[in-house]
Amino acid sequence: MNQTSPSNWPLGLRRDSEALAAALPPLLAAAEHLAASVMMGEHGRRRVGQGDEFWQYRPSHAGDEARMVDWRRSARAEDSLFVREKEWQAAQSVMIWMDAGRSMDFASAKDLPEKGAVARRLALALAILLIRGGERVGLSNAGLPPRTGKLQLLRITNAMAYAEDAPDYAAPNLVGAPPRSRAVLVSDFMGDMTGVRKAMTQAADRGIDGVLLQVLDPQEEAFPFDGRTIFESVGGTLRHETLKAGDLRDRYLERLAERKAELKALTRATGWQYHVHHTNTPATAALMWMYNALERVH
Amino acid sequence: MWSIGPLGFATPWLLLGLIALPILWLLLRAVPPAPIRRLFPAVALMLGLTDDETQTDRTPWWLLLLRTLAVAAAIIGFAGPVLNPKPETTGDGPLLVLLDGSWAEAPDWNNRIERIGALLDEAALQGRETAIVALTSVLPDGDLPWRAAGDWRGQLPGFQPEAWAPDGAAVQAWVDGLDEDFDTFWFSDGLAREWREDVLADLQDKGVVTVFEAARPVFGLAPSRFDDGSIVVPVLRSRDGSQASVSVAAHGLDPAGIPRQLAGTEVDFAPGEAVKDVTLTLPAELRNRVTRFEIDGVRSAGAVSLTDDSLRRREVAIIAPTEGREGLQLLSPTHYLEQALVENADLIDGSISDIVLANPDVIILADVVTLAGEDPQALEDWVRSGGLLLRFAGPRLAASDLGRDEEDTLMPVRLRAGGRTVGGAMSWGEPKALRDFSAESPFFGLAVPKDVNVSSQVMAQPDPTLSERTIATLADGTPLVTRKLLDQGQVVLFHVTANADWSTLPLSGLFVQMLERLAVSTRLSALGAEDLAGTVWSLDQALTGFGEVVTAGELAGVEGERLAEEAPGPDLPPGLYVGEKRRIALNVLDEEAALAPVVWPADVAVEGFAVQRDMPLMGILLSVGLIALMIDVLATLWLSGRLTRGAAVTAALVLALGGMAGSPVAAQDELDIESFIAASSEVTLAHVVTGDARVDEVAAAGLSALSRVIFRRTSIEPVEPVSVNLETDELSVYPFLYWPITETQPRPSAEAYARLNRYLRTGGMILFDTRDAGTSGFTTSSPNGRKLQQLALPLDVPPLEPIPGDHVLTRAFYLLQDFPGRYVSREVWVEAAPADAQQAEGMPFRNLNDNVTPVVIGGNDWAAAWATDAQGRPMFPVGRGFAGERQREIAYRFGVNLIMHVLTGNYKSDQVHVPALLDRLGQ
Repeated sequence: MNQTSPSNWPLGLRRDSEALAAALPPLLAAAEHLAASVMMGEHGRRRVGQGDEFWQYRPSHAGDEARMVDWRRSARAEDSLFVREKEWQAAQSVMIWMDAGRSMDFASAKDLPEKGAVARRLALALAILLIRGGERVGLSNAGLPPRTGKLQLLRITNAMAYAEDAPDYAAPNLVGAPPRSRAVLVSDFMGDMTGVRKAMTQAADRGIDGVLLQVLDPQEEAFPFDGRTIFESVGGTLRHETLKAGDLRDRYLERLAERKAELKALTRATGWQYHVHHTNTPATAALMWMYNALERVH
Repeated sequence: MWSIGPLGFATPWLLLGLIALPILWLLLRAVPPAPIRRLFPAVALMLGLTDDETQTDRTPWWLLLLRTLAVAAAIIGFAGPVLNPKPETTGDGPLLVLLDGSWAEAPDWNNRIERIGALLDEAALQGRETAIVALTSVLPDGDLPWRAAGDWRGQLPGFQPEAWAPDGAAVQAWVDGLDEDFDTFWFSDGLAREWREDVLADLQDKGVVTVFEAARPVFGLAPSRFDDGSIVVPVLRSRDGSQASVSVAAHGLDPAGIPRQLAGTEVDFAPGEAVKDVTLTLPAELRNRVTRFEIDGVRSAGAVSLTDDSLRRREVAIIAPTEGREGLQLLSPTHYLEQALVENADLIDGSISDIVLANPDVIILADVVTLAGEDPQALEDWVRSGGLLLRFAGPRLAASDLGRDEEDTLMPVRLRAGGRTVGGAMSWGEPKALRDFSAESPFFGLAVPKDVNVSSQVMAQPDPTLSERTIATLADGTPLVTRKLLDQGQVVLFHVTANADWSTLPLSGLFVQMLERLAVSTRLSALGAEDLAGTVWSLDQALTGFGEVVTAGELAGVEGERLAEEAPGPDLPPGLYVGEKRRIALNVLDEEAALAPVVWPADVAVEGFAVQRDMPLMGILLSVGLIALMIDVLATLWLSGRLTRGAAVTAALVLALGGMAGSPVAAQDELDIESFIAASSEVTLAHVVTGDARVDEVAAAGLSALSRVIFRRTSIEPVEPVSVNLETDELSVYPFLYWPITETQPRPSAEAYARLNRYLRTGGMILFDTRDAGTSGFTTSSPNGRKLQQLALPLDVPPLEPIPGDHVLTRAFYLLQDFPGRYVSREVWVEAAPADAQQAEGMPFRNLNDNVTPVVIGGNDWAAAWATDAQGRPMFPVGRGFAGERQREIAYRFGVNLIMHVLTGNYKSDQVHVPALLDRLGQ
């Protein structure tokens, strides 16, 4: 999708992402725990607390201060006093990590987007939704701490667009994510799993939970190869030669399934959620899934 | 040229290259197919996976074999292989090519010419002088026409077989006159002839003789004859060793004048049979139409037998005055006539008016004077159109005034009163004999018997025309037979009676011969020289050597004797000869003809005509090599995994097209029946294929989405919609057709319109959608609107009106007042309500037409509003925001109503009457 020239493609990326996000109402991420990091936000937590929005009237009971009584409501009642309660509104910090490794710069067919492009678009769309919902969003690759506002969106867009040279397979990095915030990891998860495992366990220790979106090209699922082939990673650091690629298919698919199972197990252990997105299916589905996953209350 | 068996090689040393093949084998075996480099991020997952098998680093044996074959084919191909290389011919000096050139050669004439061509080519290569002589043509005087062989090549097509056999005496004299030495190639027609031996001996004195002859029997047809009520055609053949079967056909003009085969039969020769008679029994009418017999499939003059008068039986009507008394038979005026004609003609009798209608060849009036009523005029008309009226004198004629003062049209001359009697008891003188016939007379050449004499006759008035009308006279010069030509017919008067009262003529053989000459009767067998003496015949239709009957040009007349005695030759070509009112066929074979094969002496080489063609194999072998290499390309691609499916299909197609013409036959019909059954077992919506891929796709998607909506919301459970081609598909199983209009859409054929009209009449509905937001309507014109008008013109569409507010479509399922699609236009047209439809009191709706409206016409682009993609998302935006979604919903509701209306008709219209009915029942 970044087919426009590099000088203006941040704008294109932003435009595409806006278009993708336009179809959905603002995302409301559930704030699960009350934490020090929670700041007043724009969306209610559907419970009583500090906030500006009216939540409910309740009969007053002993201990309520007189100034808490809502006299207007109480005047309509015959003998009881009512207290006006407000909804607790909180803003959530969401840290996005998007794989910028070279392995993402791959598309198996001309009419398919590169995995990296899909990942960027999804991540930015999510960021737009979150920021529109008043959340604070950060981009951990670029070390952007969670902030809110349109400016932050611009920063994230810029950071995504002008990513530095990256290794073949990047390891997740959630540095700067506030404790008890939420995280989003978007990658193909083809590289070494130790980095992923480490990042996730550390995050879980700090009370961060989140979602894990694996972006795969259809060719990586199908392995439609045959004959003598030398496979190379995009960065060229890894290569594997086979004389009969067709024979490898089953074992490769086995390994891919193992990798997915491992990721699933990891997310289960840490309370995260896991989803696979293929670049030949509509990105909206993946965005919807992330939307639902972040909204879910544990 | 070096050769193995039938294979020769132009450059045999190239075959040494085959030795290199094993080396190539080893080399190729050692080189595995090159690997492909692929970018693949998931390579990280593959690290450590090893190959199970390692054999593919060697080229597989079958690929090696293929490549070796390709190279071998190329090496052998370039070595110039030739199948059946031409053998060297021997001999030098002049070469005479002698052709019999007779009809018997016609069936394989082309083979002969081809063979002669091949011989000429060889002779040209060897520089031999050549002469070609056909024995049936005019033989060259003196020296043979020696010329370069190449010169003759161009003249070969000029040689044609003739419809006669060579003249033995002339050939012998010609061969005797040759005094040069030369080799001879003799193309014989395969029929034994007396002179062959001598000519062969003479030719052998001059050089080597090689005979070329076809080893097949020669078939021929002898002249047909009439035997016991049937036609007999003898079929001859030259070789009687084997069993054979030929079919003989009788050709002629049918009543409409069109040449066709009138009859036919099969002839089976048993071994040893050289002649077999074909017997055909035909009705007289058919028999008289036969013009020739042919052996089917044999192109030769000998296989054609022309028919002439001998097969024609004339129809003769004899009319005599009615006898008052029981006549003595021998005194009957017609007895001798009947005796003379009964064998050779079909006699008919009846009244003149009936007979003239039957259009006989001859009408004989024996002493008939008075003709009643219209008869004279009818007879005259008949004579003028070609009939022969033959009259005999008698006492009545002598006593009558017929032709007395002025010439009667139906009499050749004027008569003097009374007639005369000579040599009777009451008169002086002897009975008169006949004078010899003059050269102008049709009887010229007939011998006059001495014992014929005439005792009484009617006398002709002397007239300026008398002498030219007289064709037979008595010894004293008085006319005995006179004749007058009347347009195409003639009137002949015998001045004597038809019985023996007045003369002995009816008792003599001359009488019969005279009747034959007048074509009153025809002879069954061939006429002899005696019969034909003094007549002159001209060729009317000639027979070519190939057995075709063609119109002859202007040729000199032929004397009758020659026709009877001589064999056909250059100056007496076979064919149909015409004399005065008579026809004689001169056939190639006569009655005595027999066909026998030539027996050549053992020292003569006899060859057939088969030219052994040398066949260069280079092209074939190189093609094989090329195809093998192409297969190798595909196989190599496949082995190395570079062959995707599309590429494979393309390559296979290219290969198939290059190699052979493929003939893919789709089992279209069966498929059609299956879809037909599927469509008829469930409610199936259909749209018309417009040819515009995008429109068709949207229509299909729209109907598919509508089907889903209907399935979800109503009890109708439609299956997936289908695309219908108006030209090929059956419409009757689809209750509803959606027809988007495009400008480029072709007009359906007349058959398609017929089916559409039947579809509309039997309750089908078509939704025409101009997809232009209703800007077309029926009054304004958009391109699609005009197209719609063109398309709908031949359709059986009832009067239309904009959809009224109380139309059943507004409440078939949902209550609707608008029918939006992607566009909102109120202008939707349906079948007009009947003019007398009235709104009953208390009813919200009029009682409208009973039927489903056959067409709904609008331009709201409904399919686009309905259409969803594979994920169930709308394909096109409709309107803006929520209002747009609402509009889409209404569009769906319109679709639901429409299908409801199609399936339930005016059910909802009837429902409104229920309260009224209940009311009345309650009272």
